[in-house]
Amino acid sequence: MPEMTKPRPKFLTLYQIRLPLAGFVSILHRISGAGLFLLLPLLIYTLQSSLDPQPEGVAAFQAIKNNLFVQIFLFGLCWAYLHHFCAGIRYLLLDVHVGVEKDGSHKSAIIVMLVSLSLTALIALKFMGVL
Amino acid sequence: MKRIVVGAHYGLKDWIAQRVTAVVMAVFTIVMIAAIAGGATSSAEAWRGFMSHGAIRIATFLFAISLFYHAWIGIRDIWMDYVKPAGLRLALHVLTALALIAYTGWTLQILWRL
Repeated sequence: MPEMTKPRPKFLTLYQIRLPLAGFVSILHRISGAGLFLLLPLLIYTLQSSLDPQPEGVAAFQAIKNNLFVQIFLFGLCWAYLHHFCAGIRYLLLDVHVGVEKDGSHKSAIIVMLVSLSLTALIALKFMGVL
Repeated sequence: MKRIVVGAHYGLKDWIAQRVTAVVMAVFTIVMIAAIAGGATSSAEAWRGFMSHGAIRIATFLFAISLFYHAWIGIRDIWMDYVKPAGLRLALHVLTALALIAYTGWTLQILWRL
């Protein structure tokens, strides 16, 4: 099928490619999804202990809540969830042809980054009792 | 240019499933945020009471199933993109599927023990 082999411009020097923000949002969508998958056991375990009325369950939940190391993971997961959520909504809108132009696509990528990062900060501050 | 489309259109089913599960999860997320704002997590008892409610339990289970199916499609795509040796890829696919099936059982157990 010779008509399929149309030459395409190639530029694959990865360290020289400057990703546009929409591309950055896209790879973060993948990374956040992978992170959420890998830490699913932690999330399910947290749900389990939060619902367990036995003293062991209560103690396990307190241990999760008060462990600074786990907290950092959970704040990271908050960001991952929020980023995946916001970027996902952006993709659903792109599916119905909202914001497919260069300008609109860049704007929505900015919104995704701002909303997910600021909501994460808000949740972390609220959890730490600052707010 | 005449384009030759190959395959049996199996990609379309996954493409739709990824979006349907995403919408289910998004709606559930909004419901949970509203519930938390309404005090569902104000105490451990309130949280247990909220989660034992029949409709919430079913909704949470639907959310979990959507999440695990969504994760299956997403993670399988990651393996397909980056892992080329067929044996290793198959092993990763199997491990991913088994993990997600196990999580389904675990979640069922948590929700229906309440």
